[in-house]
Amino acid sequence: MTPYPPLKLHVPEPPARPGQETDFSYLRIASAGTVRQPPIDSRPTQTTDIADAMVRVLDDEGRAVGSWDPHAAPELLRTGLIAMLKTRVFDARMLTAQRQKKISFYMQSLGEEAIGIGQAMALAPDDMCFPTYRQQGILIARGYPLVDMMCQLFSNDHDPVLGRQMPVMYTSKRHGFYSIAGNLGNQYIQAVGWAMASAIKGDTRIASAWIGDGSTAEPDFHNALTFAAVYRAPVILNIVNNQWAISSFQGIAGGEVATFAARGLGNGIVALRADGNDFLAVLSVSRWAAERAHRGFGPTLIEWITYRAGAHSTADDPSKYRPANDWARFPLGDPVSRLQKHLIRIGAWSDEEHTRAQKQVEEEVIAAQKTAESYGTLLSGHVHNASTMFDDVYKEMPAHLKRQREQLGA
Amino acid sequence: MGTMTMVQAIRSALDIMLGRDDDVVVFGEDVGYFGGVFRCTDGLQAKYGTSRVFDSPIAEGGIVGAAIGMGAYGLRPVAEIQFADYMYPGYDQIVSGAARLRYRSAGDFTAPITIRMPCGGGIYGGQTHSQSPEALFTHVCGLRTVMPSNPHDAKGLLIASIECDDPVIFLEPKRIYNGPFDGHHERPVVPWTGHPLAEVSEDHYTVPLESAAVRRPGSAVTVLAYGTMVWVSEAAAREAGVDAEIIDLRSLWPLDLETIVASVKKTGRCVIVHEATRSSGFGAELAALVQEHCFFHLEAPIERVTGWDTPYPHAQEWAYFPGPDRVGKALRRATEV
Repeated sequence: MTPYPPLKLHVPEPPARPGQETDFSYLRIASAGTVRQPPIDSRPTQTTDIADAMVRVLDDEGRAVGSWDPHAAPELLRTGLIAMLKTRVFDARMLTAQRQKKISFYMQSLGEEAIGIGQAMALAPDDMCFPTYRQQGILIARGYPLVDMMCQLFSNDHDPVLGRQMPVMYTSKRHGFYSIAGNLGNQYIQAVGWAMASAIKGDTRIASAWIGDGSTAEPDFHNALTFAAVYRAPVILNIVNNQWAISSFQGIAGGEVATFAARGLGNGIVALRADGNDFLAVLSVSRWAAERAHRGFGPTLIEWITYRAGAHSTADDPSKYRPANDWARFPLGDPVSRLQKHLIRIGAWSDEEHTRAQKQVEEEVIAAQKTAESYGTLLSGHVHNASTMFDDVYKEMPAHLKRQREQLGA
Repeated sequence: MGTMTMVQAIRSALDIMLGRDDDVVVFGEDVGYFGGVFRCTDGLQAKYGTSRVFDSPIAEGGIVGAAIGMGAYGLRPVAEIQFADYMYPGYDQIVSGAARLRYRSAGDFTAPITIRMPCGGGIYGGQTHSQSPEALFTHVCGLRTVMPSNPHDAKGLLIASIECDDPVIFLEPKRIYNGPFDGHHERPVVPWTGHPLAEVSEDHYTVPLESAAVRRPGSAVTVLAYGTMVWVSEAAAREAGVDAEIIDLRSLWPLDLETIVASVKKTGRCVIVHEATRSSGFGAELAALVQEHCFFHLEAPIERVTGWDTPYPHAQEWAYFPGPDRVGKALRRATEV
């Protein structure tokens, strides 16, 4: 007889399901300003505490406190706020357009806007971002034309990627925005390769890699960490922990007993955990990581804590798998209103200016939508000619594709 | 002009490209200081430095993924996968990343990368050092798949692959690295020395992609082969006394269909030979193409001589390997109908 009880498989469960209330204490939120800023040349073992804590700058009253205060110029913060507002309005209108069947599919970044935009503002414009499908804010912060974004979404004959990709899979080398693959995690190791290339060439540009909590389980993530550490690649390794993959909680990705930031430490990478809904923290931690990359100290892994306020995409209904009031109760709040509150507090913004800015971005997005829709939508069928599907498979079209293009007769 | 083995020819191609183009980098497992387990990169790190030629972690997904990122930056990386059998962790990066980057970004980003990998059997490598996974690449749109059969082509094709703006899978039949092995494993090893295709220029030259070579002109039957099987087929034709026209495909996909079609229309018969497993192998595609384009010229069923549909065995290697005896029987069957 064995002295042991029967074994039991542990399957992590979220703190609450629909109809219940989430206990967010699992986030272990630190008070703003309490986490130290380590020296720029820190070794991974010297950031162990920060990988398990949470860097926060904005307190509940909207004050910037502690050593991570970026002391950013109010003008920069206003620009960031407006970019967040614009992204949010853009998302809302495109979500509606999807419901009107003008777009086949959409993914909004509601609640997570500070992360992409804050980091974009900490980087040089030609640093290369390798985003996921929830960093449209980077494109907006970098001034990519809204009309071009919408034409991609509408899959019309002005779509820069010629109707080849599902909506949201943007690309713009000119704006330092790597082509989104859609199969999760792929871009993470590619970002490290790009950063290695920059170092091989003696360039000064750095890379910014993006992944969600769920996809950190993919081998690409682990390959990226290994290569980034081994070659001391000038790359920022961002993990956006928005608590949910589609219907699976971050615990299923391995976040139940260790932070995602802790993955960095084991790989020999300096790692931090930070409040992703705190624009000042995003700006400050991103600047710190960029500085480390530029100074030859290599990669920095940052876990951003946020909450995916909307559905994963237009193809799922979150009320089926999580409490409906989660975001309203999320203790890190809304990144837009937190930055707004701070700017008002320091006298760099007012409710009137906010209302005016909101109206302005709405007008801008509506005008862009009008132009984009004038080129057609998926509904109107003004898509690129089918014969273009044979282009760009190879640089020069081989004979077999020419034959197939003829057979298609388009 | 001197004699080179295929290993030396590959090294010469890498040397020339590293010298000519600062954007070329070479990396992979053991390729740096040590010079690669097959010695293809021997001496290159000493010559070009550790930032141009370097070792990688044992992570094929990382090797391919990093190469794609380097390609997107503007480099022309040449990555080595130590054995084609180890390629599978990198396959997602090859298929979802490298092969489709140009397409999905409408040319905004590209991955002009070359992934070298030794393939094929005949070295008692068992199931993990003998595979021929070419069909897993020829099935993927956006990739170019290349397999040389001799030192001259190995150098010219590798330079063409590195200079190509598409991702290229460069398969190196390891059994012929050091000599034109014809499948007679019981006989003494024949080196490349003295072989006309081992006369390799020290200079830069290319063998164009998408171009096949007629290795042996003939009138009785067309043999479609590549890599080691070119030499096995030549021995088989000689020993069976069949006047076979042997076509070395060199570029598997996209391929030189014209040369194939012209030959089969002339001979009216076709035997396809590859080491890889049979079902859904690349030979199936070749057979389909031949019947689509040459049906009314065919006088006999198309024959396939391949590895069996089993994992590559160790002790039973020579029963598995499609040697000259099996190829010769197929040639006779195809010509006696």
